[in-house]
Amino acid sequence: MCGIVGLYLKNPALESQLGALFEPMLLAMTDRGPDSAGFAIYGDEVKDGWIKLTLQSTAAEVDYQALMGALEGCLGCSLDWFQNASAAVLKTNAEEAAVRAVLAELAPEVRVMSVGQSIEILKGMGLPKDISERFSLATMQGSHIIGHTRMATESAVTMEGSHPFSTGQDLCLVHNGSLSNHFRLRQELRRHGIAFETDNDTEVAAGYLTWRLREGDSLKEALDHSLGDLDGFFTFAIGTRDGFAVIRDPIACKPAILAETDDYVAMASEYQALSSLPGIDKARVWEPEPATLYIWERPRAA
Amino acid sequence: MKTIDLASASVRDLNQALHDQAKTLEEREWRVTNSGGKHNLAVGLSEALSIDIEGHAGYYCAGMNQKACVTVHGNVGVGVAENMMSGQVRVRGSASQAAGATAHGGLLVIEGDAGARCGISMKGVDIVVGGNIGHMSCFMGQAGRLVVCGDAGDALGDSLYETRIYVKGTVKSLGSDCIEKEMRAEHLEELAELLNRAGFDQDPSAFKRYGSARQLYNFKVDNASAY
Repeated sequence: MCGIVGLYLKNPALESQLGALFEPMLLAMTDRGPDSAGFAIYGDEVKDGWIKLTLQSTAAEVDYQALMGALEGCLGCSLDWFQNASAAVLKTNAEEAAVRAVLAELAPEVRVMSVGQSIEILKGMGLPKDISERFSLATMQGSHIIGHTRMATESAVTMEGSHPFSTGQDLCLVHNGSLSNHFRLRQELRRHGIAFETDNDTEVAAGYLTWRLREGDSLKEALDHSLGDLDGFFTFAIGTRDGFAVIRDPIACKPAILAETDDYVAMASEYQALSSLPGIDKARVWEPEPATLYIWERPRAA
Repeated sequence: MKTIDLASASVRDLNQALHDQAKTLEEREWRVTNSGGKHNLAVGLSEALSIDIEGHAGYYCAGMNQKACVTVHGNVGVGVAENMMSGQVRVRGSASQAAGATAHGGLLVIEGDAGARCGISMKGVDIVVGGNIGHMSCFMGQAGRLVVCGDAGDALGDSLYETRIYVKGTVKSLGSDCIEKEMRAEHLEELAELLNRAGFDQDPSAFKRYGSARQLYNFKVDNASAY
């Protein structure tokens, strides 16, 4: 069992309250996932030519100050950064591959949680309340956010094994369910050059989407392919730079509920996670159909 | 009428209060406010109480009900009225999956849609749905009646025993051993009575009847290769 929540704001006036609106949603799913929690928030975009990376370490303490100094020296690029509890958010005009290569050299214990122009993935072990407080979720601003509370069934409870999982620049995945063919699929994806850090089945689903998107699939095509290639139970929420998507497997054992008003679209495993949202009593509330893709994205100015 | 506000009281408080006075029945009418999608509301009741839940309810609402009349003025989550024995449960909104699962008796009315596996393994309950139902509904239904005023999803009535199914709209597909059957006078009569009891103004002759072909009741050696 796990809990999934997502909130996409249609009304930009609410963006300053995104974290405050979302925190009770995540906390309401504590019963479904008390092991670990995490969220991917979209906002504070960097300009074109720049990327933003969220870093966390598998070791206890990291001297981010020293690491960033060394990184700047090696990369010879502009670099801006700030620390948020155990994570660091790094903004740079260097190439993603170059940053990853230098990071692996300088600090192999530091993991890249997310890369993109907008996304930040923050996650860790513990109760959702602890994770939310650690990263000051309630004060965060942005356009949309998806989160996860984990009750592990398939693999170890670790920071790396918690959700969301990055699936490419500004893309991420959270999952409720379990995949039964993840072992063989992982082997197959490794042959396509996809790297894995955990034994987690969701990381395989994330790697699968990364691979499909790399092969030229649109997000919709990648998710359509996933219905054929992933065996098991799932409700997925997928964060994109401009919005989010929801899809359930054809059997649809894992719950999901959607709500829409003029101000937002919200998604959760259970209605009680939505009950704190303003105007929810007047919202259109419905259960997503099995094997059907739901996607909300704001149009991007050309 | 007594009101319990779940913004301040816990679900435990509510269910305990409903059970505590069951013997004396001093208070038959109850109202529950700020339900907020909480699970296990008004479960295991065994006396003729009347409960109005003013809002959405979570999982297993009115589960194991006997005699009581529970009305939810909103949507319900998974397994509403699961294993109900008698009484009536009415959902003014829509229900998630496994509505009325394994229920033995009573009447479950869902005015909106019901999700997947509605009436799974039903054992004698009557279920009347105003809207559509999802896939695998009435799977292994053993007894009782399922009435659907809208459409049915995939694999309706798979591995059906003796539940009678009436659908007004389209059926996406029938499950194994479920077939369309002739609508005879006694069926029109029981359907009219069910629709009337559920409070739906529908013409029984617009419905089709589905039931078991009774080919999967016993092991057949011809089917051995399928196992």
